[in-house]
Order: sequence, then C-alpha cells, then structure tokens
Amino acid sequence: MKKVAMTGNVAVANAMRQINPDVCAAYPITPSTEIMQQFSTFVANGQVDTELVTVESEHSAMSACIGAAAAGGRVMNATSANGLALMWEMLYIAAGNRLPIVLSCVNRALSAPINIHCDHSDSMGARDSGWIQIYAENAQEAYDNTIQSVRIGEHPDLHLPVMSCMDGFIISHSIENLELLDDPQVRDFVGPYRGTTYPLLDVNNPVTYGALHLQDYYIESRRQLHEAHKRAKDIVVQVGKEYGKISGRSYGLFETYKMEDAEIGLVALNSAAGTAKVVVDEFRAKGVKAGLLKPRLFRPFPYLEIADALKGLKALCVLDRADSFGAAGGPLFIEVRSALYDLPKRPVTINKIFGLGGRDLGLDDLRKVFEELTTIVDKGPKSLYEYITVRE
Amino acid sequence: MAGILEVRWHGRGGQGTVTAAKVLAEAVMAEGKNVQAFPEYGPERMGAPLRAYNRISEIPMTIHCQVTNPAVVAVVDPTLLDTVDVTEGATDDAVFVVNTSGDPGELKKKMKLKSSQKVFCVDANGISLATIGRIMPNTPMLGAVVKATKVIKLDTLLADIRSSFGKKFAEKIIQSNLDAASRAYEEVKS
Repeated sequence: MKKVAMTGNVAVANAMRQINPDVCAAYPITPSTEIMQQFSTFVANGQVDTELVTVESEHSAMSACIGAAAAGGRVMNATSANGLALMWEMLYIAAGNRLPIVLSCVNRALSAPINIHCDHSDSMGARDSGWIQIYAENAQEAYDNTIQSVRIGEHPDLHLPVMSCMDGFIISHSIENLELLDDPQVRDFVGPYRGTTYPLLDVNNPVTYGALHLQDYYIESRRQLHEAHKRAKDIVVQVGKEYGKISGRSYGLFETYKMEDAEIGLVALNSAAGTAKVVVDEFRAKGVKAGLLKPRLFRPFPYLEIADALKGLKALCVLDRADSFGAAGGPLFIEVRSALYDLPKRPVTINKIFGLGGRDLGLDDLRKVFEELTTIVDKGPKSLYEYITVRE
Repeated sequence: MAGILEVRWHGRGGQGTVTAAKVLAEAVMAEGKNVQAFPEYGPERMGAPLRAYNRISEIPMTIHCQVTNPAVVAVVDPTLLDTVDVTEGATDDAVFVVNTSGDPGELKKKMKLKSSQKVFCVDANGISLATIGRIMPNTPMLGAVVKATKVIKLDTLLADIRSSFGKKFAEKIIQSNLDAASRAYEEVKS
C-alpha cells in the first residue's frame, strides 16, 4: 500500500499498469488523453507487457479492442465525450459479442457547442449499449473501480464490457490523496485472463464472431445479454467485497450517506455526491434529517435496492449532470423515479439538471435544493424537473 | 470552508503556476495532510491569465466544487493586479502573497484590502533571475507562500521540489530552484 497524491487520470493509468493488459488501443481526446499518455510511458519503459496500438480514430480504437478481445486478450482503453460517441457502433458490437473490454470513460460534455468540461452526456447516451457502467466519486474510487471492472467484466457468468466513469477535469485533472495497492496485490486480484471462452487464436477450435442473426436468433442473443445484466448485480457486490479484503475499501451497488433516518435526500453521481456530503453535514448540524445516495452501478440499475434505500424519505431530489432532451427529466431521474413506482408510499421526488459543460455545482446551489426539499413535502413541488446552475 | 485551507493562485500561462499548486499539494501530502490541487482549465495560451487552486485539510475532503472564498491568494504575476480582481471572494482574514519588489503597506492600499487582510511581498522575478537565470517565479512564490501561511515546513517543500523536478531536470536546475525557494522564504516581507 502506498499513499500518493495524483490526478484521477494518473491513478487510472497506474491501475492499468498494475493490471498489465495484453492490448490497449490509444486515440487521444481531452480529458482522457493523460491516461493513455501516462500508460504509453509505462509501455515504453517496459513496465508492462502490453501491445499498445495507436489508431486513427476512436471507432478504430474500439474496433481494435474488439478484435484483440475476441482473439483472447485482456483489453483496456480510455476515452471521453465525442470519442465515445464515435465508438458508438462498436460499443454495441463489443457487448453483443460478450467481450469483457474495460473502458475508462472520463466524463465530458458532447458537442455542440464544443466544450471540454465535465458532464455525463457521453456515458449516459451509451447506457443502452449493453455495457456495465460504474461511476466514481473521486480518484481513489476511479482507481479502485478500474481494478474491479476487470474482474467484473471477465466473470464467467457475465463476459460483459465495463465502462468505468469519472468526472472529467474535476477528478481526472485534480490532484488528491489516494492509496495505491502493491503491484502483486493487483496482479493476484485480477488473476490470469479468462474472459474469452472461445478465442479466435485457438486455431484448433475455430469460431466465428459477429455472425449474422436475423429473425431466427437475434432476439435470443439479445435475451442472453439481458440475462447477463441481471446476474451482474450480485457479481459487482461479490467483487466489491473481495476488493475490500485486500484494500480495506469495500464497494457495493451504491453508497448511502446518513440515510438511516433521513427525511429529505439527494441522489447524485460522481464528484457532485462528494460536494453534497458537505451540505448534508451542514443540514444535519442544523437538525435537519438530510441524507444522500450515490449510485455506483448504473448499468445494470439496481432498482429494487435503490428503492429500498430511499423508501423512508419524505422528499427526494435526483441530480442529473445530463439531459435526456424531451424526456420527463434527466436519465438518472427517470431510473430512480421508475424504481420508486412500486413502493406503497413514495417520497415526493423532483429532478434538477445541473453542471452541463462543467458549470460548477457550488455549496449554495446544493443548499437551495435541500431548502426546497424541506418545503415540498407539504406544498408539493413547483416543478417536476428543471435546470439549476444556469442563467435565467 | 471550516477546517479546510483554500488557496487560489493567479498566474499567466508559462509561469509554472499550475506546477506550483501541484508541488505544494505533494509537499502537503508528504506531511500527512489531505490535499487537492486543480487548475482552472480553459483555452491554455502562453501569457493568458489563469487560476489554480489548493485545498489543504487535516481530515479527508469530499468537496469538489470550485474554490470561491480563498483564505490565501498567491499572485504569481504582478501585472495581473491591474487586469484581474485577485481579491474576489477572498475571506476577511485572507493572506495575499504577491510577486513584487514593492512595499507591502503601499500594495495593501493599492489593492484596497480590508484592514483584517494581510499582504506579503516577495520579488520572485528578481530572485528567480538571480538564482535560476531567467524569470520563473513559481518556485520562489512557493517559498514565500510556505513562509506566509506556515502550512508546511520549508524542508518539506524543498524535498518535494527535488523529487518533482528530479525526474525532468539536471542537478544544476534543481539546485537553483531550491535556492530560489529558500531565498524567497527568507526575503518575503509583510
């Protein structure tokens, strides 16, 4: 165990160094560039055995990952925003072929207007692609999640690609304290690669990837993906517990903060949840029973467990750092609100869309949300969903 | 923020301001404290005004919003005093550390600081010219900030400059930066 101060990007690059994947494809895009830049140094220094493939676009990067994973290798990659968007077609192909590629998604706003800063429009748009999605509050969690993603995706009951997300710039480019595991600990934890059951390079047992399934089998193939996602939840919990044994940091489906007796609460992903904890503490100090739930696993969405954790609230606000234009709220809100539907008694639930393109979510913004929550239990919400941190 | 020391750096692209915030963070961590260092990223250009931030705390921090009310403001480029409001949001007892050969009393008047706020002056340009051989105000500013805030020991800072710069630079350059930081630590005045 080593205590360090480093950026989220460098932390993830170090996790990759310790994992020592067989193949990585690299195409740069801000703010994820530093991951592969740092990792390429590890490759050049001979600190890893990885074949680093430099390609001409993100579409090619994901294509190279798919080929390498199908061939039988452990494969990792990193991207952001428009880079993820250019991978779109290949994301679905990676999931459909059940290839456990680990992609570090450094969350950034999609164009236009062009913007390099954080929001979740990139990964949220990929939520239906069949990838597992895990979100991280800080650099420590981004590091920890990267290592766990390998074990989760490669689990014999899953064989699914995993997107490990962290906030661009806010985490990717901020130096903060974290602990790195020792190299042998990570090596032992991830173990030998076993994620491709039928590798293309097993020439004695030739197989086909990406075969044509029309009306005859396509739906069965998709049904298998559906069933794999149903199994993923338990495996995420199991890997999170096992990781706790070597690191002292256990992980589950989500984190609850002061939720035991909470009457008003927030649901927020990633770094915003960290800032929200400060405001929860402030309201607790004033005698207000405030709490927070920070989802970690977004795909598959653990709706039963999240509903159970939120059922005691009187009022709830879901914070979304992405919009689903034309929908009744942001993508996280839609999931949470749907999860609450089957509860006999539901909290009054509202949605705030915030921080698009890196707009800061300050303590005052969060104080206003909690203050609103204290009033809507009796009076009802003034609007179901709206933008905050925005010029009116 | 209660229990958290927030620092805002004002510099221009190319002066090593982001590196200064990074080196301070690593030195603070070396003393066992919790730390954050993050620049404000925009269209980065040589000479353009930029800001960088530190948060320093005895206890682990979860806050990840911008620093809006710094208790320490380090002005790496004195020409920014005329173009950027470096006092914006500073706490009533804020400490300003300014790269200038001027006098702290006069500067305090010029900056229209509150009587409860304090200003430290250090000729970081002159010191870097004498030690490093060119104007590179970031390491002397680090020495001055450490003296003004007492947030870490000078020796911890020097050890971190050595380890940070040791990866990239020759011994002569490392030594001149150590001299620059030490001299600024001695010469900074309030």
